[in-house]
Amino acid sequence: MARAWGASAVARIRLESVRHSYREHPAHESDWALKRIDLEWQDGGAYALLGPSGCGKTTLLSIVSGLLRPTSGRVFFDDQDVTDLPPDRRNIAQVFQFPVVYDTMSVYDNLAFPLRNRGVRPAQVDARVREVAELLDLQNMLAHRAAGLTADGKQKISLGRGLARSDLNVIMFDEPLTVIDPHLKWRLRSKLKELHQRVGMTMIYVTHDQTEAMTFADQVVVMHEGAIVQVGTPVELFERPRHTFVGHFIGSPGMNVLPCDVAGGVARFAGVPVATANRAEAGGGRTELGVRPEFVRFTDEGIPVRVVGVSDAGRHQIVETRHGDAVIRVLLQEGEAVPGERAHLGFDPAFTRLYVDGLVAGEDR
Amino acid sequence: MASRPCKFSDTDMLALKDVVRRVGAATHIHPTSLELHAGGFNTLLGTTLSGKTTLMQLMAGLIPPTGGRIESGGRDVTGVPVQKRNVAMVFQQFINYPNFSVFENIASPLRVARLAEAEVRRRVGRIAELLQLTPFLERRPAELSGGQQQRTALARALVKDAELVLLDEPLANLDYKLRESLREELPRLFAGRDCTVVYATTEPAEALLLGGHTATLFEGRVTQFGPNGAVYREPVDLTTARVYSDPPINTAQVTKDGGWIRLSDRVSWPAVGRLSALPDGAYTLGLRPHHVRPGASGQGDVHVECRVLIAEISGSESVVHFDLDGLTWVSLSHGVHGFRIGESARFGLDVARGYYFAPDGARVGG
Repeated sequence: MARAWGASAVARIRLESVRHSYREHPAHESDWALKRIDLEWQDGGAYALLGPSGCGKTTLLSIVSGLLRPTSGRVFFDDQDVTDLPPDRRNIAQVFQFPVVYDTMSVYDNLAFPLRNRGVRPAQVDARVREVAELLDLQNMLAHRAAGLTADGKQKISLGRGLARSDLNVIMFDEPLTVIDPHLKWRLRSKLKELHQRVGMTMIYVTHDQTEAMTFADQVVVMHEGAIVQVGTPVELFERPRHTFVGHFIGSPGMNVLPCDVAGGVARFAGVPVATANRAEAGGGRTELGVRPEFVRFTDEGIPVRVVGVSDAGRHQIVETRHGDAVIRVLLQEGEAVPGERAHLGFDPAFTRLYVDGLVAGEDR
Repeated sequence: MASRPCKFSDTDMLALKDVVRRVGAATHIHPTSLELHAGGFNTLLGTTLSGKTTLMQLMAGLIPPTGGRIESGGRDVTGVPVQKRNVAMVFQQFINYPNFSVFENIASPLRVARLAEAEVRRRVGRIAELLQLTPFLERRPAELSGGQQQRTALARALVKDAELVLLDEPLANLDYKLRESLREELPRLFAGRDCTVVYATTEPAEALLLGGHTATLFEGRVTQFGPNGAVYREPVDLTTARVYSDPPINTAQVTKDGGWIRLSDRVSWPAVGRLSALPDGAYTLGLRPHHVRPGASGQGDVHVECRVLIAEISGSESVVHFDLDGLTWVSLSHGVHGFRIGESARFGLDVARGYYFAPDGARVGG
């Protein structure tokens, strides 16, 4: 059901060579909050913009919503150039970190507010409010005052007010779960995912939290220092990070990044040859091996390490090992035996790659 | 006070004895007794408004209890206000002096204690090094990132060798990755010190990774206190199991009837081992999502066909919500398990890892 909900709206969003600087006369590369962004979001997709604070994701979001005009480049909704359109003419709903709710109004009136504002007829308002309430499991709360709701309930109203509009192109979420307790987070996050699958509307979710991004989105855009470093499905980002930053930022703990030597097409760490999924060709530059803790195993021979610590993460254990100064983390399941102080490690060759100056050295063999 | 090194004997501790806090008709903290050992790392785990902050304010002397006693190192400190106690606090909303440099922010408690300039420099230098703030000492807080500002607030709390350090969700406003690295750093920072640390969090995963002891809180009561792996794996009651599970623990009403535990008409399993001695009757089963696996995997699993409600794939793990005979249950497993909404799939319930709770919530059957 691709377009079951906002029946009239369509929006493929395209950013063309978008650059932005908050400075009047940007001179250095570091003056650009967004370096150069080319990106296309298909209609009806679930997308996430993921990165640490200061990476430019909120700037990018503001450019799409029209709160900011980019220094250069164009923004298109379908084939219409909207670069100069104000936010209220872009038909975008936004849900922010802190719920925007009229505390003194009932849940019903909160949901009806944007429709009444637009002069929608009362019978239509009623039908739409009930439809939205059903989607968000708010049917039994319509008469309640918004003030009495929990944080996730209020956030659902913020979202519902956006959903109530029928002319919507896209819903954008800016860190919507940050102020919500973990047990409610799970509930609301699955609700958002379910909602996306039911209404089939384009949704863009901005967060620094990899779990939120990865579980919500079909496609995740990872940003770092004003640039896009990788766009991919959660599985691609996890299994095939194209940049050591992606490997580190996604996954908890992140990917092990180990300095290595390359000679004769073979990468070596600690003098031990390490098989890699991609071709081991250095061509000058800083060479590193990347392998996630999930793909490291204790073995009888291989890379000699010292086991220096074990953290209990509940469903798994994080074992910290060292070879010289290099820290290598290993993930074990709950209850799996941790070897004594001296141990050896092996890396799964299908998920071990060579990186040169942070970038994956080449395609997989 | 600040210059006094805090050395405790093993018997020294912070003790709350039947501490109560009422405000008007409301009880914010029900009678609570806790003994926190000097030099220990303690976590208070509970949702927003469960009483974590109130408990810390009581420990610090920021507010007085309306009943009970608080002892520090064997001394009654119940009525002693925070100014006369050697306590350091860090809040979620980090507070720094905006007009002071980072150096002077960190040094401020030492200035109050009138330490000699050389000693101030030595101590600030050491703590700044530990928290990787050395390059920023001459800057103002506003010129720093959120993480650096919070590290500055932490450094100020640590520089004065307080007997009691209270950290109230100090990482909550920080980026995920930064939180990960500070969470790793924190227990190390305190490892060599004799001060008692109390750390409040809403996140079970954070409590687990920090190590030490955990007190679980629910509606103003401490439901359990102990080494944190033990509280996580051996919860004394349903409330504790719920507080200490992320994702939330799956629950179901089950009946023990003779040699069987029955969840629904089609789902039952033998009541063996620790369960055989349980009297017949109604119980609540609690089973964490990672003990529910998609497909047919584990030996001894109870297999059941269910309708998939939603599947979330994080890259390394899959979270699948499914309809278990009218209940919404969640499975969390390693690897990628894609499902279409509405499709029927098989799940294995590792019931040997389940907990059983009596109608009053107490855990039964070991």
